[in-house]
Amino acid sequence: MQIKTRSRITVFILSFLVWIALTSVRDPQELVAGFVVSVLVALIAGHFFITTEKSKHFLHRMAAAILYFFKFLWEMVKANFHVAYLVIHPNVPIRPGIVKIKTRLTKETAITVLTNSITLTPGTLTVDINPEKKEIYVHWIDVKFKDVKMATKTIGGKFESRLMEVFE
Amino acid sequence: MIREILGMAFIYIGIAFDFFGVLGLVRLPDVYNRLQAATKCVTFGTAGLLFGIFILQGFNAFGFKALIGIVFIFLAAPVAAHAIARAAHRSRIPLTSETVVDAYEKDHEIKE
Repeated sequence: MQIKTRSRITVFILSFLVWIALTSVRDPQELVAGFVVSVLVALIAGHFFITTEKSKHFLHRMAAAILYFFKFLWEMVKANFHVAYLVIHPNVPIRPGIVKIKTRLTKETAITVLTNSITLTPGTLTVDINPEKKEIYVHWIDVKFKDVKMATKTIGGKFESRLMEVFE
Repeated sequence: MIREILGMAFIYIGIAFDFFGVLGLVRLPDVYNRLQAATKCVTFGTAGLLFGIFILQGFNAFGFKALIGIVFIFLAAPVAAHAIARAAHRSRIPLTSETVVDAYEKDHEIKE
């Protein structure tokens, strides 16, 4: 099957599921309206969803995605306690700065997920991406390493290997 | 009974983290640090609130809406934070005096 067709079908199924979750399933009118809207969305914007072939099997990638989700959730809980501690502390002990990190990921989706994860985890916030050089500028509330290599290891290293399995 | 306690616990945790986020917005020095508090604590807090509602409501239309709200917040909050931080830096809003390093300024001073 062609990539574009597969992408459209995936988008259709996803948007229809979201529609069912948002409305109650009992009313057939709602279902018909949702079907029409989902088909329209899939036809107009569906081909953006999947753009490249993945090397790993679908189930393998889903398992990796679930593992990634739990790791991310754990990191996020830690991040929240860290920021809460900084805010409550009477002196506000911060050492902010913008550092540069490099990434090995190549796919656009993977980089987007990585940067969003960085924003939601310990004391880091993505400011900008340089897609040609694969560099990410990260605002770090408590700078521990100023050089690119160590910062990359500390900020992006946790997520990168897992994301490689999911998206590449 | 247990479901109610669990749901209310999630809601109170959510409110607590929303409070920390707002406190951070007031106490931290510059735009970028404030964004950190605003994105992390408020995302987590609001997600906790919505998850508590989902536990209280169970698998009906209301609960599902809460779950979908969590997904959309998780997708939208980091993107918004990135856009605000980038825009702030490009319009030359200065970083606080405690800042130790600014790699972005170094790489972008020639442009514009």
